[in-house]
Amino acid sequence: MIRRKLSRRQFVAATAMSSAALVAAPYIRTANAAGKLSIGFWDHWVPDANKTSEALVKEWAEKEKVEVAIDYITSQNKKIELTVAAEAQAQSGHDILAMYTWWPHAYAEHLEPVNDVVEAAIKQNGDVNGTVKYLGQADGNWLAVPSTIGSQIKGPCSRIDLMKKLANIDVQEMYPAGAPPKADNWTMDTFLKAAEACQKGGFPFGIGLGETTDSVDTAGAIFQSFGAELINAKGDLTVKTDAVRQALEFYKKLIAVLPPDAPSWDDASNNKWLISGRGALIMNPPSAWAVAKRDAPQVAEQCWTHGFPSGPKGRFAPYLPYFWGLWKFSKNKEAARSLLTHLSQASSIEKFVSASGGYDLPAYEKMTTLKTWAEQGPPKGTLYHYPNPFNHQTLSIAAWPAPPKIAQQIYAQATLTKIALRYAQGEKMEATLAWAEGECEGFMRS
Amino acid sequence: MADVVVEQGRLARSAGTRKRASLHHALKRKSTVAFLMTLPLILLIALLVLYPAFYSVHLATLNKSMQKFVGFGNFTFLFKRETFWMVVRQSCLFAITAVVFKALIGFIVAHFVHNIPAKGQRKWRGMLLVPWVIPPAMSTLAWLWLFDPSYSAFNYTLSYFGIGPIPWLGEAGWARFSVILVNVWYGAPFFMIMYLAALKSVPEQLYEAAAIDGANWFQRIWYVTLPMMRNIIAITTLFSLIVTFANFDIVRILTSGGPLDQTHIFATWAFRVGIESSDIPLGASVSLFMVPILAIAAIFILRDINKRGNEA
Repeated sequence: MIRRKLSRRQFVAATAMSSAALVAAPYIRTANAAGKLSIGFWDHWVPDANKTSEALVKEWAEKEKVEVAIDYITSQNKKIELTVAAEAQAQSGHDILAMYTWWPHAYAEHLEPVNDVVEAAIKQNGDVNGTVKYLGQADGNWLAVPSTIGSQIKGPCSRIDLMKKLANIDVQEMYPAGAPPKADNWTMDTFLKAAEACQKGGFPFGIGLGETTDSVDTAGAIFQSFGAELINAKGDLTVKTDAVRQALEFYKKLIAVLPPDAPSWDDASNNKWLISGRGALIMNPPSAWAVAKRDAPQVAEQCWTHGFPSGPKGRFAPYLPYFWGLWKFSKNKEAARSLLTHLSQASSIEKFVSASGGYDLPAYEKMTTLKTWAEQGPPKGTLYHYPNPFNHQTLSIAAWPAPPKIAQQIYAQATLTKIALRYAQGEKMEATLAWAEGECEGFMRS
Repeated sequence: MADVVVEQGRLARSAGTRKRASLHHALKRKSTVAFLMTLPLILLIALLVLYPAFYSVHLATLNKSMQKFVGFGNFTFLFKRETFWMVVRQSCLFAITAVVFKALIGFIVAHFVHNIPAKGQRKWRGMLLVPWVIPPAMSTLAWLWLFDPSYSAFNYTLSYFGIGPIPWLGEAGWARFSVILVNVWYGAPFFMIMYLAALKSVPEQLYEAAAIDGANWFQRIWYVTLPMMRNIIAITTLFSLIVTFANFDIVRILTSGGPLDQTHIFATWAFRVGIESSDIPLGASVSLFMVPILAIAAIFILRDINKRGNEA
């Protein structure tokens, strides 16, 4: 056996080279006539989705003669939020940075208005929903550009077989592929009865009660369907209202039939619950189904993504839009605007949706019937109703309609799931409401 | 006049020579060389520790949008928050319980290892240090899987004995137990190795004298071992208290502060408030609140060490 001895210098050189290769971000060099641009995209969990954004940027960069560097930043452990906070503080970093939900408002004073880009995109692709306006606009100005990458609805993903067998509900009939929903009976009462039946049958609904976004988003949609707001649009406290009491009473009944460790669930727990075959329903974008397709195909074949149940005040679905923000400190704003316009074209959006297997949702109303969602399977059509093609539910975010900077606190502190859990665990209604009121008062500080 | 000038020149020359000689002498001194060699590190620490520390004090005096100076406004706001006092209580509970158990387990295990014959001792020392050597962010992930709601290996094993399932991270009591358990698992080897070093430095003659006086095992520990280890116990306790108070990774990975904020400690709550809720000044104020608590603990523990030093 021949062994080659590696000298210390060779080892150091090899390590340095491999480290450099590992950390190297995609770098697109062109003739460089129109300067440089640096972009921080969200690192997509779908394996090839990043390649599509890279290709689209490259296509634009070659045409515009701009030198572009892209970093893909994970949202794992809040890395992307830390990057946004650090760049805002340092007034230095990427020119364009992915930021989701509350971040455009949180860093509004550091962001360049992008009215021209968004208005042109709306003209081409149709209007955006109310939540995108609520999170992306301030004083009539667009703070950031709605991003297709990462935007998602966290509606129900049900097991066809279990819902039929245990709750006598045919989710495919209720939400037929290629046709409008027939979901008038899909109400909060029906949902609760189904949750009870599935729990009795040994397959409880997998809804988290933790402090991460999946738990908070579900709570948000349920509260909104009862008209329950902790703080209203004017910024007034509205905790001690009948609507909030009704929502808490509903949640108490629901919590009784959820898995006992649901208070400790994070955003991965519900996915595991579905994929392991232990639950009949979860609230999630199609990522759980996509993983099941790979790891547990027999489960994936039985999954159907559909609309949220309706409550006394309407049918609301949890929606999390992502944005692309353009920092004021950017040195190449014109190139950035041009790139953002390119990424908001219908053709680009279609490519994003296709590359993510239907996970990414465009914000624009004309873009909800792309063929990707109709074709995905098994079972075929499982994602047809995911993008809300018939607009039969209001897409919303938890803590809406409170002013965004206050709502962000309610959302990040998971106040909705906390009060639901406190009340369900035996705290008196008025004590729970008083606690929530105290918390919300604290969130109002400026 | 000329003489004087010559004299002055000679004087000046001799003073210059003396200065050069003393500089030369100073440079030859080991302590000066050591100081110069550590100077880059001192400067690095100043840059990476002192600057952020003062910057966080500055941040804690700003309002939420960081545009206005509010003095102690953030602290007075915090003092009125129920959740803040809960976090203070939990941080104390977490740190004190974890440090006590780490010290106790470290002390017992150090004795066991000390009594192993020298030949096999290195292997045991190495194996027992493993939890402390693995980066906690990684080892805590393994613990998270052991506690996992859907796939908990503990619950799976307990089910064979008809026990459980236990909501390890879903119920406040169990969640606190779990985060403290992981912290003790991670930190006990540090105490073990420090105590083992201290044990090895206790002169054997003292035990022989105690044996002649008829001391039993407890009396040997109480009257010989513990007094000889007092300083090392105090210093390790202080060091561990600081590190445990400032812990972030274990709680963040296992519970993120839940359920119902009942496992939040200073660092995790500061992150929740500062980064996740975009209120950096308030987050800085939360984390700075650790300083007075640790300062008081340090004064008590270190003052005790000085006393003993004087007595000696």
